[in-house]
Amino acid sequence: MPATHRLYVKGKHIAHQRGKRNSHPGTSLIQIEGVASAKEAQFYFGKRVAFVYRAKKEIKGSKIRVIWGKITRAHGNNGAVRANFRSNLPPKTFGASVRIMLYPSSI
Amino acid sequence: MSAVTKEIGGAKNGGKRVIPANKASKWYPAEDIPTPKKVRKAARPTVLRPSLVPGAVLIILAGRFRGKRVVLLKSLEDGTLLVTGPFKVNGVPLRRVNARYVIATSTLVSVESVDVSKFTSAYFAHEKKAKKEGEAEFFGDEEKKEKKTVVSETRIADQKAVDSALLAEIKKVPALKAYLASSFSLKKGDKPHLMKF
Repeated sequence: MPATHRLYVKGKHIAHQRGKRNSHPGTSLIQIEGVASAKEAQFYFGKRVAFVYRAKKEIKGSKIRVIWGKITRAHGNNGAVRANFRSNLPPKTFGASVRIMLYPSSI
Repeated sequence: MSAVTKEIGGAKNGGKRVIPANKASKWYPAEDIPTPKKVRKAARPTVLRPSLVPGAVLIILAGRFRGKRVVLLKSLEDGTLLVTGPFKVNGVPLRRVNARYVIATSTLVSVESVDVSKFTSAYFAHEKKAKKEGEAEFFGDEEKKEKKTVVSETRIADQKAVDSALLAEIKKVPALKAYLASSFSLKKGDKPHLMKF
């Protein structure tokens, strides 16, 4: 058994999609580790993303909570992707890690 | 509408007459009765990706067996995949998995010698619990505690039969058993989008 059990790729929530003055929190921008071009990012389209965090109050016996989302498309040419979450990620998660799952798989 | 010929008495009545079998209703319904729309949809069989052929080694991506490498035996009629560890090698029993939660690798095992004809989606269906009445249902938790989930004898026997046939094939290929026993995970710097599975 390997020491790690990670089955997701790490990513960073970098910002909401935005214009010069307005931000659009319905779409989050994510930079996936090891992805440097829109072509490489294509593999991740449709994959599920999880933002995992800890909260003070236990729900169903767990302090860990998840906001699920889905990668929709590329954002620019440098490998950043757009993602929609079931509930928008708050701006204080800018810079936080998200998990990009390997499913739904097409390989 | 079917018609009936009837004998008619009286000299001037021609002797026979054709009469509808069921008398037409005297009244029309005052309002139109809506008829349900005809369903033109048909359930089409699932089309799996070409990589999912019987004998392929798969990596399970989610659930309690995530990261495990398993052998695909066949696809079931409900669109799921029938896989096995084999149980003896890595602890994954005969099980249904969703094709979307699986990575197909390029490794192939010969599964022609394994008899999988008895496995259908009905084989894996949950048995319906007999509903207890009134108080027995309400205070039934004591009974539940002592009753641990037991794997049925038939399941164990089926697993053994499949495992023995499959293990014989696996042992023919060097290092394949160790490969199936090892689990898949991503390490630092791994890029699944560039990997060849």
